[in-house]
Amino acid sequence: MKANPPIKTFTTTKIRPGRILVYVVLVGFSIFFLLPVYLLLITGMKSFSEVSLNRMWNLPVNLSFDSFAEAWKLLQGSFINSLSLVIPATIISSLLGSMNGYVLSKWRFPGSEIIFTAILFGMFIPYQSILVPLVQFLQSVGLYGSITGLILVHVVYGIPITTLIFRNYYAGVPNELLEASKIDGAGFFGIYRHIIFPLSVPGFVVVAIWQVTSIWNEFLFGLIVTNSPEQRPVTVALQNIAGSQYTKWNVQMAGALLVAIPTLLVYIFLGRYFLRGLLAGSVKG
Amino acid sequence: MEQANSGQIVVPRAARRRFWTVDRVIAVGMIVPSVIAIAIFVYGFIGWTGYVSLSKWRGINPDFTFVGLDNYNRIFGTARFQTDIRNTIVFTLLFLAGCLGVGLLLAILLDSKIKGEAIFRAIFLFPMALSFIVTGTVWQWLFAPGTAGDPTGLNLLFQNLGLPFFQDWSTTASVLPEWQPDFLRTKLGIPLAMVPVVIAAVWQMSGFTMAMYLAGLRGIGEDIYEAAKVDGANDWQLFLDIKLPLLQPITLSAVIILGHISLKIFDLIITQTGGGPGNATDVPGINMYETTFKSNKYAEGSAIAVVMLLLVAVLIVPYLINNARTEVDR
Amino acid sequence: MRSFNRFFRLTALVAAGLMLAALMAACGDATATNAPVTTAAPAVQATTSGALPTSAAGAGGQKLEIFSWWTNGGEADGLNAMYGVFKKKFPNTEIVNATVAGGAGTNAKTVLVTRMQGGQPPDSFQVHAGQELIGTWVVANKMEPITQIFRDEGWDKVMPKLLLDQITYKGEIYSVPVNIHRSNMLWYNKKVFEQNQLTPPKTLDDFFKVADALKAKGITPLAVGGKDKFETPHLFESVLLATFGPEDYPKLFKDTKMWADPRVATAIATLNKMLGYANPDRSSLGWSDAAQKVLEGSAGMTIMGDWAEGYFLSKGAKPNAEFGWAAAPGTDGIFMWLSDSFGLPKGAPHRDNAISWLKLAGSKDGQDAFNPKKGSIPARTDADKSLYDEYLKWSIEQFGAAKLAPSIVHGAAANESFITSYDNALNVFSSDKDIKTLTQALNDAVNDLSK
Repeated sequence: MKANPPIKTFTTTKIRPGRILVYVVLVGFSIFFLLPVYLLLITGMKSFSEVSLNRMWNLPVNLSFDSFAEAWKLLQGSFINSLSLVIPATIISSLLGSMNGYVLSKWRFPGSEIIFTAILFGMFIPYQSILVPLVQFLQSVGLYGSITGLILVHVVYGIPITTLIFRNYYAGVPNELLEASKIDGAGFFGIYRHIIFPLSVPGFVVVAIWQVTSIWNEFLFGLIVTNSPEQRPVTVALQNIAGSQYTKWNVQMAGALLVAIPTLLVYIFLGRYFLRGLLAGSVKG
Repeated sequence: MEQANSGQIVVPRAARRRFWTVDRVIAVGMIVPSVIAIAIFVYGFIGWTGYVSLSKWRGINPDFTFVGLDNYNRIFGTARFQTDIRNTIVFTLLFLAGCLGVGLLLAILLDSKIKGEAIFRAIFLFPMALSFIVTGTVWQWLFAPGTAGDPTGLNLLFQNLGLPFFQDWSTTASVLPEWQPDFLRTKLGIPLAMVPVVIAAVWQMSGFTMAMYLAGLRGIGEDIYEAAKVDGANDWQLFLDIKLPLLQPITLSAVIILGHISLKIFDLIITQTGGGPGNATDVPGINMYETTFKSNKYAEGSAIAVVMLLLVAVLIVPYLINNARTEVDR
Repeated sequence: MRSFNRFFRLTALVAAGLMLAALMAACGDATATNAPVTTAAPAVQATTSGALPTSAAGAGGQKLEIFSWWTNGGEADGLNAMYGVFKKKFPNTEIVNATVAGGAGTNAKTVLVTRMQGGQPPDSFQVHAGQELIGTWVVANKMEPITQIFRDEGWDKVMPKLLLDQITYKGEIYSVPVNIHRSNMLWYNKKVFEQNQLTPPKTLDDFFKVADALKAKGITPLAVGGKDKFETPHLFESVLLATFGPEDYPKLFKDTKMWADPRVATAIATLNKMLGYANPDRSSLGWSDAAQKVLEGSAGMTIMGDWAEGYFLSKGAKPNAEFGWAAAPGTDGIFMWLSDSFGLPKGAPHRDNAISWLKLAGSKDGQDAFNPKKGSIPARTDADKSLYDEYLKWSIEQFGAAKLAPSIVHGAAANESFITSYDNALNVFSSDKDIKTLTQALNDAVNDLSK
């Protein structure tokens, strides 16, 4: 940071003990947050005979990436499946959320709050509890067992959260802006296209990050809705690395890391925008 | 504010005063697909589940003979379900407290103009990118207790630090305070084995809470601080009197987002503890899954699902209604 | 500006319409588009449309979909070996290997149930022989009886009569047992036993003597797991068998009054005492972690099914040098079996192929291809012993000579609703050791037996 020196030294020297404490606490928490990753990494680099709870902190005796290769072999096909699931599902649910948020914040009508509340409640459904009717419904519309069906499921159950985020986000857009545009003759879509959508980019980033991670990491729907091995998403493939009798932890942990890479990249590269998007008002209740 | 057409910002042209303009009809039309989807996927399925919960369905083939509340009677009588309800409540409270506390602390620290903020932020935020299944597996390892005197995982670290207090938390059946009323088949209190699960869940979600609070803190204008400082407020007063109240809406949003994760928690517990020891970390979701798909007791499983939904409703609906009302009044 | 607005509104509407149309088309086409694009990786839903089969058979050849939870390790190797044998006989049939792991088998069951309820069964699926199959699928009228295949292939002569009796329901057999595992096995650390001049305990009394000796040396006598939620229930079934003996034990599942027998209380007391000699951290360990303790010598013994041998071997341990085995205390001469089997669901889309598969699963070739890799023994008594390792040879002999008893936990003796309640009751006991609660919970569970 380009700060001007005199003021900076003045403030830092003034509250030094406090500063040190702040860093100590932050570093302490960082260790707490990174510990599991360390464990994932070193276990992934061990051979199966070396894997043991008693020696889990030990560094691997022989560094080997065989576990990663083995895990990748078992996972590669499903990576494509997950990508072809996550991308359309995220795009469609973000667009729907944005449209719903726009309507429910700027085009309210009698009952719109009730509709919003009713939509929001969908967020709280425990998914295990609706598996049976879900499968029967998907079968009746011919979507059971396909990635398209899984996309539909993720889109629908993504509506509540995306609508919530966008509605709150758009609530911060001044109505005067819209009215001015209306006077200029803009209609429903005109306002959306010229005012709302250009302002929405940070909102889309927040929603996209949220949806990408939750859809990528989702397990139960992936398991139940896609029933053939060629269509299963990565989380299901990751579970399948474990045998029914015992688990090769080194391969399991290596696989876990591989599966996490795409979402980690999203966080590393878009994390800043995520914060900025939250800052831009999408979290205000 | 926008109840009917009263309070609508006055626009000179007469046509604009009409409430049901073409645009508004289009607006309503645009949310119809979402509303239909939610009607089927949320309310339709809930209705179906409720219907099954009143039936006799057991075994693979549906049997919709009406039996009233028999299934509810049965599940409430089991020790396991009573324990599940206790566990969900305990987990939710501890998880919310943990995430909000840690998240707020980290946000305040990061907001105090420190070096390397971006790195710390990335470190605190990344667990959110992982799936609960991965988190559960890793934390299961970290909390593996080992034998007395020969601890493993975190316990080994704690022992080396001279703090051997964790060792049996993930394996004990004890509940604090152990209070068992005569009409219950379970003990009330905090099951100690739940603490490691809460720690894992907090590890995963507190970074998100931090991000929300940080966004909130950044949203508070510098001028407000300056004004308060001029008035002679110290840091602590600044925090209590200005920051906390302004962060309140964020806390509510966080409670909703975290609450929905916590009431539905399933993957994490299945992988970290499998619900054990005993049923100390079992939750209704796991019970429901096993009752339905392993035992083939569809009606009883649906009854558990309905109770879970009611539990959620009790906690959420007042908020939703209140939220809707304040929005209207605003 | 205005005209542009109208134009934009129109395009947006059209776009929305197109999106909807595309979605609908995707729904309708899900089956149609999949077929040409992924000929190599066929989708299952080819069966949804009634007109398809003939054309599918003409274009893509024959298919066979096998559903199992054998996703990895020796069991997946064994399954692939069986596929190899099948492909040699039927080179034009394409095998779809549908596997689901996790959730201690519950995930696989959930997927299977939702498929069967939706009328999309696989051609054949893996299921534990006995009540797991009967109590769930046969009573629901979802399976075809295959007794005739047993007669035609002469399996009724090469599989033990007692085994066939125990998987028969109302005079019919519904699945082909492809392997046999033994539940009542004790595994011990050979070196630890030699150093302390101990021999594996034959009776329950012996067990406690050995346990005391190990305890005195600071070694955990009995390693027990709990994380996989079947370990303590598994231990208890061996104790029940030891307490009731091979004649009375099977009656527990025929006559619910047997659970009021005072011997149940005796068995519970024995289990309680045994757990007193076990590692206290059991609830956080899987059965394989418990086996690992034995391998490392921090524990002396563990009671686990004979898949534990597969685990020891995978860790590079030598049989009869680093680890040894015996029947669980008090159950010498009794073979508590469990068996993976394949059945024929009604409405199997490729029924003829499924029948070929079942014939292979029961054949000597098929069983000898599968079992050495899986680490189990064939259900047939005429297997080629030279293919099997030291333990399995011993086990084959035992299977031929011992009295047979069905396992509870692994689906042979009782239906799954009983198993779920029974497992839960014992898992709770493993952590709180409250005899009254266990007795009460077992009594609740017994209600499920008759249903």
